[in-house]
Amino acid sequence: MKDRLAASYWLHESQYAAMSSSAVTERRRAAMERFESEGFPTVRHEDWKYTSLKKILKAEYALSSPFSEADESETLEFKDIKRFLVNDIDCYRVVFINGRYSSWLSETTHQGFDVCTLGSAWKKYADQVEPHFGRLTEGLGATVQLNTALAWDGLYVNVPAGVTLDKPIQALYFTTGEQPVFTQTRSLIVLGDGAKAEIIERHQSLTEAETWTNAVDEVFMGANAHMHWVKLQHDSPSAALTQHSVIEQKRDSHATVHTISTDGKFLRNNLDFKLVEPGAEARMFGLSLADGQQLVDHHTRVDHLAPHCVSRENYKGIFDGQSNGVFNGQIHVHLDAQKTLAFQENDNLILSEKASIDTKPQLEIFADDVKCSHGCTVGQLDEDALFYLRARGIQRKEAQALLMLAFAHDAVADIQHPSLQAKLHRLIGKKLGVDMG
Amino acid sequence: MIEIVNLHASVDGQPILKGINLRIGAGEVHAIMGPNGSGKSTLSNVIAGREDYEITEGDILFQGESILELAPEERAHLGLFLSFQYPVEIPGVTVSNFIKTALNESKKARGEEPLDASSMLKKMREKMDLLEMDKGFLSRSLNEGFSGGEKKRNEIFQMAMLEPKLAILDETDSGLDIDALRIVANGVNALRSSENAFMVITHYQRLLDYIIPDHVHVLFQGKIVKSGDKNLALELEERGYDWIKKEQA
Repeated sequence: MKDRLAASYWLHESQYAAMSSSAVTERRRAAMERFESEGFPTVRHEDWKYTSLKKILKAEYALSSPFSEADESETLEFKDIKRFLVNDIDCYRVVFINGRYSSWLSETTHQGFDVCTLGSAWKKYADQVEPHFGRLTEGLGATVQLNTALAWDGLYVNVPAGVTLDKPIQALYFTTGEQPVFTQTRSLIVLGDGAKAEIIERHQSLTEAETWTNAVDEVFMGANAHMHWVKLQHDSPSAALTQHSVIEQKRDSHATVHTISTDGKFLRNNLDFKLVEPGAEARMFGLSLADGQQLVDHHTRVDHLAPHCVSRENYKGIFDGQSNGVFNGQIHVHLDAQKTLAFQENDNLILSEKASIDTKPQLEIFADDVKCSHGCTVGQLDEDALFYLRARGIQRKEAQALLMLAFAHDAVADIQHPSLQAKLHRLIGKKLGVDMG
Repeated sequence: MIEIVNLHASVDGQPILKGINLRIGAGEVHAIMGPNGSGKSTLSNVIAGREDYEITEGDILFQGESILELAPEERAHLGLFLSFQYPVEIPGVTVSNFIKTALNESKKARGEEPLDASSMLKKMREKMDLLEMDKGFLSRSLNEGFSGGEKKRNEIFQMAMLEPKLAILDETDSGLDIDALRIVANGVNALRSSENAFMVITHYQRLLDYIIPDHVHVLFQGKIVKSGDKNLALELEERGYDWIKKEQA
C-alpha cells in the first residue's frame, strides 16, 4: 500500500507540480519523502497504541486521483445526497465525490468572500494558498504527510477581515463505486481579523465497499475571528475516516468544534489547537456512540503558546457491543503562557463487558500561574437513576436510553441551530433506541 | 388495596425486614413511623420493586395479586407510586418530557390511548396550580439544581399527574419548610379519594398535622411493633421512641 501510494505520487509529480506553485511542490515532495521513510504508523507508535491501522490497510483500494478520469459511478444526483444534507438551514454547499469536486451539486460563492474548492484555489488564489498550505501540518505524522503530498481538493474558505458569512457552509465528502476506494481530502480555511464562519462537515460513504478517507484540515484564524465547526460522523458501517485538523488562533479569536460520532467502522480524529496570541479561546465538544465493532478515537492537543488563553474540552463516550474508544487529550502550556485556563473532561459509559475505552489526559505545564483541570470517568449507568425512572413506569430499556441521552446532552447543548440540534437529538435518540416523538 | 404478609427482606444477606404484616384498604391513609434504621425506606423500596433486596419470605399482594415477580415499571403501571426520599437529578431530561413519557408508558401498558399534547399540557397546568408551582418548572432539567423543597414538590406533582391507586410518600416532609410542607400536604389531601390509598413514611409527627392518618404504625427493627390511630403519632412526638425500644428489649 505504501509503495503504491508513493508510486502514485512520483509518477505524477510533474502533474502535481503543474497544479500549484513550486513552493507547494517542495512541500509535497518533502512530505512524500517523510511518508516513505516512516510508513503508516503501527501500534508501536505511541500515538497509535490503541488504534491499529492494520484493519483498514488490508483492502485493495483504488486510489482516487485528479489524474484519472471520473468513473461513471461517481456521478450522483441531488436525490442521492439529499438525505445527508442539513436541509432546513440555508447553506453554502461544497460537495466532493471520491475526492473530486462536484460543481453540479455545490453552491459556492466568490462574492465578498470565497467559499469554493482547494482544487480551484491552487493557482487562482496562490497568494493565499502558498503562505498557508502545509504550515500547520509540517511536523505531524505519516498519514498527514501522505495527505500533504497527494492533496488535491477539498473545502477552501477565505473570509476577509470584518466579514461575517451570511449562512453556514456545508462541506460534504462522498465516496462511492463498487470498489474499495482510498481518498485524500484537504481543506484550507483562512479567516481574517474579525471574520465569522460556521462549517458543517460530513464524510459519507454511499457504497458497501470499504472506503477510507484520510482528511487533513488547516484553519487560520485572525484576531477576534469566530468559527463554529460541526463534524458529523454518521458514516456507513464499511467506512473509515482518519482526520487531522489543526487550528491556529490569533488574539481574542474563538473557535468551537463539535464532533458527533455515531456511525462508521473506524474513526480517528486528531484535533489540534495552537493558541498563538493572548485571549484566544478554543472549545471542543465530542460525543462518541459506538457499538458492534466500531472504533472511535479522539486525539486532541492544545498548545497554549501565549498568555491569557482559554481551552475547554468536554468529550463523552458511550460504548456498547465490542466497540473500542480512545481518548487522548494533550494540553501543553508553554513557558510564556501565564494565566492560562485549560479544562478537560472525558466521561464514558461502558455498556457491555466486551466494550472498552482507553482514556488518557496528558498535561505538560511549563508556566507557573495557570489554572488547569482534567478529569476522566469510566462507568456504568447509575442504578439509582434507573430505578427512579422505572418506578415511574418507564421500561428498563427506555429508561436506560433516556439516561444515556441525558448523559450525551452536554455534547450537543452548544450547537446553535435549533434544527440541527434537534436533528442530532433525534439521531442520538435513534442510535440509543429512544423514540423522540 | 395492598396486603403485606409476613414480609422478610434482606440486603447482602443482612435481614432488614423481619416479618411485616400490613393491610391498607381503599380510601385509607396509613402512617409508618419509626426511628432511623428501622427499615422504613427498605419497606418502600421493596414495595416499589427495587432489585437490590432479596425477599426471603412472605408476599405483597396488590389488589389481590402478588407483585413480587413484577418489575418496578410493571408495578407502576398497576398504579403504585413511590415518592422518593432522594429524587435523582437527571440533567438533559426536562420535567415535562419525563412526565409525558412516564404517563404515556403507563397508559400504553394499560391499553389506553396516550394523551395528546394539548390535553397533557392542560393537565400539567392544572396540577401545577394545585401545588403552587412556577410554569418555568416544566422546561427545567429533572431535579437538576432543584432545592430540597422543589424536589419534593416535583415528586408530588408527578404523583398528581400519574394518579396512582397507592402512593407511598417516603419522608416527603424531610427538608421542607413549613410553607412547602403545607403546599405538599394540601396537594396530597386534594388527591385523596375513596378509590386510592396513601402510605406516609415519616420520622416526625409534623406532616401528620396536615395529612391526617387513619392508622399509625411503628416500625422497629424490621417489624411493626405498635399500631394505633393518629394519637399514637402524637404520643411518639411527645415521648420519643425510647419507650418503644424499651418495650421491645
